[in-house]
Amino acid sequence: MATVAVIDYGMGNIRSVSKALEHVSGDTKVIVTHEAEEVLRADRVVLPGVGALQDCVSELKRLGLDDVIRETVRNKPFMGICLGMQALLNSSAENGGTEALGIIPGEARHFAAQLKKIPGTERLKVPHMGWNQVHQAKAHPMWRGIKQDSRFYFVHSYYVAVKSDSVAGATTPYGFDFTSVIDQKNIFAVQFHPEKSQHAGLALLANFLSWDGTH
Amino acid sequence: MSLAKRIIPCLDVDDGRVVKGVQFVDILDAGDPVEVARRYDEQGADELVFLDITASSDNRGTMVHVVEEVASQVFIPLTVGGGIRELSDIRRMLNAGADKVGINTTAVNNPGFVRQAAEHFGSQCIVVAIDAKQVGENRWEIFTHGGRTPTGIDAVVWAKKMADFGAGEILLTSMDRDGTRDGYDLALTRAISEAVPVPVIASGGVGTLEHLADGVIEGKADAVLAASIFHFGHHTVQEAKDAMSARGIEMRALDV
Repeated sequence: MATVAVIDYGMGNIRSVSKALEHVSGDTKVIVTHEAEEVLRADRVVLPGVGALQDCVSELKRLGLDDVIRETVRNKPFMGICLGMQALLNSSAENGGTEALGIIPGEARHFAAQLKKIPGTERLKVPHMGWNQVHQAKAHPMWRGIKQDSRFYFVHSYYVAVKSDSVAGATTPYGFDFTSVIDQKNIFAVQFHPEKSQHAGLALLANFLSWDGTH
Repeated sequence: MSLAKRIIPCLDVDDGRVVKGVQFVDILDAGDPVEVARRYDEQGADELVFLDITASSDNRGTMVHVVEEVASQVFIPLTVGGGIRELSDIRRMLNAGADKVGINTTAVNNPGFVRQAAEHFGSQCIVVAIDAKQVGENRWEIFTHGGRTPTGIDAVVWAKKMADFGAGEILLTSMDRDGTRDGYDLALTRAISEAVPVPVIASGGVGTLEHLADGVIEGKADAVLAASIFHFGHHTVQEAKDAMSARGIEMRALDV
């Protein structure tokens, strides 16, 4: 039986993510775990997360999961969600500078600071909260059955700035177009919450469970 | 702008049942919160708020069960308010599947709790609920205990302080309008929305679909909350979205 491991490092909405995956899982078994062995054995892996990146990264390291994630992103379908996307970067502006896992070149920046620099966007609310459009930059098996510019549910105060535009799988407009999806080989990471994005979100999760990690 | 404005039906839950008499057209008894949540989800609700009005702390565990049930069937954001007094209350609700918790009286009694909660769980899940009453021209004060207890605190000053302390969103209820069906207190909503950098949910007084649109256009709210216009089957969430779209407000459509 195929398995998907949801990495549980004691933060955030693990239950929501696992319930949504179970809802679309069909024959795939959903495992919620912080055991390195179980993650390494799974056929595909999800790294969820909400809250502070510093806590997220230090918990992953404490549990020895940082190296497990580095290993996983080399060879199997991997999905990061929200903080689980930002954790893949080099660093975050959070708490005056927080080091992340360094898997994808880029950094998480504070939304409000960026919006202040752009005339006319100073008053946009942060957190960026609610249903916004996700513009698919290129075709990908993960978008099967999902319309261009479909809305997904976002809630975040930091946004991802990637070094290379080639890994920006989708963008979302909020004052400016920010990277809402990272797409690099077998990694597909999203800033929004598919587990809270109703039909479109469930469709994306279902696609992940059948994705082989190639394009 | 392409961030949609949100419509949020609110369910008052007393010992595991939705109260205020929810009545969908084709369902006789819809006091079951899971049933009600599913129906609003199908109609296109953008989020749901559950307000735990259970008086006895013995029955608080019931709400956890309700949230677990709803969260395993309804895949949109869920906020739970009422009786949140300690970090462990927040942890319990988030573990059950809630995305955000609403803090009201505890925030007034101990503002530091909001800061602590935001540091611990992240601002994105901390909603500070404010019950405000007009006390003069363009002046509102906050009340606690379901609007019964005055505090002498200015609502705009308080909202700013709560955002500073880490609240990720403000749920603003006009006590003057609540239950009147006369529409939101638009001056209050606008005053708070323009004062804080975080999103504001307008609440209290909705009687028509036009009131929802007014809350966004005149009140500058980021989201609009309503209970009875949806509960009694007068209007569906979809009708509300159509009415708001017709006034030029960006809304989420239901298709994928």
